[in-house]
Amino acid sequence: MLKVEEIHTYYDHIHALKGVSLEIREGEIVCLIGSNGAGKSTTLMTISGVLHPARGRVLFDGQDIAHRPADRIVGLGICQVPEGRRILPRLSVADNLEMGAFLRRDREGIRQDLEKVYELFPVLAERRRQQGGTLSGGEQQMLAIGRALMGRPRLLLLDEPSLGLAPIVVEKIFGIIQQINRDGTTILLVEQNANLALGVSDRAYVLETGRVTLSGPSRELAHDERVRKAYLGEQ
Amino acid sequence: MRKELVKFAVVMLWAFGLLFPMLGAQIGFETFTFEWSRLVRVMGFVAVAYGALAAQRAVSAHRKRGHRDPGPGLAERVPPLWGWGILAAVALAFPWFADNYARDVAINVLIYVALGLGLNIVVGLAGLLDLGYIAFYAVGAYTYALLNTHFGVPFWLALPIGCVISAGAGAFIGYPTLKMRGDYLAIVTLGFGEIIRIVLNNWDRVTEGPNGILGIKAPGLYYPKLTEAGLTLGHVYLKNLTCLYYIALVIAVVTIIGVYRLDHSRVGRAWVSIREDETAAELTGIDTLRMKLLAYMLGAIFAGLAGAFYAAKVRYVNPSSFVFLESALVLCIVVLGGMGSIPGIILAAAAIIVLPEVFRDLELYRMLAFGGAMTLMMVYRPEGLIPARRRRLELHAREAFAEEEGNA
Amino acid sequence: METFLQQMVNGLTLGAVYALIALGYTMVYGIIQLINFAHGEIFAAGGYIGVITLSFLQSRGVLEAHPTLGLVLAFALAMVYCAFLAVALERMAYRPLRDASRLSLLLSALGMSIFFSNGMMLCQGVYDKAYPIQLYSTGQFTVGGAVVSYIQVYIFVGALILMIGLNLFVNRTRLGKAMRATAQDKVMSALLGINANRTITITFVIGSVLAAAAGVMVGLYYGSVRFDMGFIPGIKAFAAAVLGGIGNLTGAVLGGMIIGMVEVFAAGYLASEYKDVFAFIILILVLYFRPTGIMGEQVDDTRV
Repeated sequence: MLKVEEIHTYYDHIHALKGVSLEIREGEIVCLIGSNGAGKSTTLMTISGVLHPARGRVLFDGQDIAHRPADRIVGLGICQVPEGRRILPRLSVADNLEMGAFLRRDREGIRQDLEKVYELFPVLAERRRQQGGTLSGGEQQMLAIGRALMGRPRLLLLDEPSLGLAPIVVEKIFGIIQQINRDGTTILLVEQNANLALGVSDRAYVLETGRVTLSGPSRELAHDERVRKAYLGEQ
Repeated sequence: MRKELVKFAVVMLWAFGLLFPMLGAQIGFETFTFEWSRLVRVMGFVAVAYGALAAQRAVSAHRKRGHRDPGPGLAERVPPLWGWGILAAVALAFPWFADNYARDVAINVLIYVALGLGLNIVVGLAGLLDLGYIAFYAVGAYTYALLNTHFGVPFWLALPIGCVISAGAGAFIGYPTLKMRGDYLAIVTLGFGEIIRIVLNNWDRVTEGPNGILGIKAPGLYYPKLTEAGLTLGHVYLKNLTCLYYIALVIAVVTIIGVYRLDHSRVGRAWVSIREDETAAELTGIDTLRMKLLAYMLGAIFAGLAGAFYAAKVRYVNPSSFVFLESALVLCIVVLGGMGSIPGIILAAAAIIVLPEVFRDLELYRMLAFGGAMTLMMVYRPEGLIPARRRRLELHAREAFAEEEGNA
Repeated sequence: METFLQQMVNGLTLGAVYALIALGYTMVYGIIQLINFAHGEIFAAGGYIGVITLSFLQSRGVLEAHPTLGLVLAFALAMVYCAFLAVALERMAYRPLRDASRLSLLLSALGMSIFFSNGMMLCQGVYDKAYPIQLYSTGQFTVGGAVVSYIQVYIFVGALILMIGLNLFVNRTRLGKAMRATAQDKVMSALLGINANRTITITFVIGSVLAAAAGVMVGLYYGSVRFDMGFIPGIKAFAAAVLGGIGNLTGAVLGGMIIGMVEVFAAGYLASEYKDVFAFIILILVLYFRPTGIMGEQVDDTRV
């Protein structure tokens, strides 16, 4: 479905990605783990078209989308929940969700999806009139995911959905991520919490200073000694 | 090609739509006529201008594939010392080969060189947009005018006083405004400039209002004289344009040296760091408020200097010399010459003062051209005619860097 | 008391005009953090298109027969014209500088302001252009001793309608919400499929349409327009936008009203020759003591 080939991306003056390649197949959950500054978010931003690679290709369904602007890429069915959630703070919860469906014209479908999101996250329905900026961290994460779902993505990019959340909320959100995947959405998940990410994903890539150093089925990587040492905190 | 033609057609249609009511409609008292000839001429001009810009874009797009360097400016092609030497020789010899009219224009150029370089401290070095700069010029001019007409204070004594009062005015205006975000500063200085002009216009008892102050003395030359009363000071007033020219030259040279020294001092580096990233500058221990205030006051001092000289030269001041358009003109000099670039500003001051004199018929189009040039400059060559070395490196560093790494 | 009421009426009229101009400043600043210096000139262009339209209709005898139609046409054409002007302005002077420093952008705006005002001077001359006289002397009535002209009522009601329309657009429509989203977070908006350039253009167009209406109103109110009529009202309207909290629409309206009132009362009770100074003084005081404005939108601490 998505194939990233040897991309080099510059962020400010930094050569952030030095030839990253990865592949995501329909229906999978693929995770990207690595430490701070390894280039995980840059990879997602390059796929979404916010950043453009200096070299390399990003193939979605076989066509190169590396140099398309971000707002066009959303139209192809790639939605992102960015790092830090980026809720629009002075728009209501309902308006935030509506903006998630900005490019869609099928009123009936949008209405159904809105109901689905409220079903998935009942707390958002309660707070639908509240401004986005007033929600708690966990609620904001739910809103961010809900908003991305409103775009009916074929591929959902999730950047650190566990960041700064209480363990019980994290557990709930990861449950929902798996459910979204079961309902037919392909997912690329970026996480620092490797344990969690390897637990829910089918395959994984390890990113270190702008390069993919390891990749394979998540279950195998979870037992890999290097991964255990570097990311799972074992001695 | 087809795409280009469609774009051209759209632009021309758009321009026609915008221009035809403004250019064509002739409104009299209860009459209305439509004039085509002007519209046709201007549309022709738009077509040519669009063609030129399109060609320029095509060329630069082509060059981009080759090398990206904007090319060395004039300043780097001529060895600096030689350049300055020739310039100095020409400046010194000039009045002996010119008539009074040319001397008068040359004096104006020198005044604007001082003003441009003074504003350059604020805009070019410290990165603060000041749209009321001419107010300090007015302060200098009125200080000398008032001191001279009321108390008979001579020019040479009034000059430092004018500088001090201008600096004081700079501090007074700067202190409350410099705490603000930079772009608010622009509008507040614009407001202050207007306030000063409105006050000059209305405070009749002191400033004589719109009539202005007459009877200001020219700078005097003092020499010891032996009379019956013993040794006294005799003096002559230097009304002669050649003498005034040399005084203006001294003021301009003092400004050039002053600004050069400032730029290459610790203070200059502090200003650059404030311009690039104020928060970072603050974190490295620079007292940003004090530094900005300093820039503001120093800028004001040079304007005060030029203002006092202006009053002495014309021997008459009135508020209409200190309108917003004058501020805009000085700003134009800084922008066109290249922010932070001393040779650029000298060249731009000369061009902006001399060109309208040469093309007298086009006088009306002067500000139109300057306004348009300002925007074009920002879009196509933000570093100015003769870019300051440091500035050019800053403006093109990112591209150069990305390219270098990209080719690696 | 009577003069007080009279000043109130005049202040409200002037305030409504300032509010309309201030909305354009605040919207543009909210979305690309630019003081659009050329906004005052767009306002003036609106006034010119108004007088051109009305003079044309008058010369053809249409204005005599259908004054209301003439007025509607003048407003409509001025708004359409300024919309096109704004698109051209944004394309030529602002879009190429999207990634440039804010100082460059500001200077570009200033250049366009000088260019437009001198352009209008060259096209239409240095002198005032008079609005057809029968329009701005359509009659008046008295309320508690204060004289209210119909023109004042039209201006106030017209401004109110435009503001309500703007409010509905911004809060109820998909594009209006997209505009707010872009102002709040450009990257996120792009990730939602919102085209930033298009949204910015729409913002410029709406602001300019309001300014155009204000231009025609001022022409009707004072009876004439001039090429440099945008300069001082422009600064005052910006002061109003800052007073209300830049980026805040309600604030801009409130700020415009306050500046209009202050100006009229100060001119009436203090010193009329200094009336232009008060708006600047308010601007400076607000920036000094409460830079977020009375409505207090959050302000990021960036500079040019």
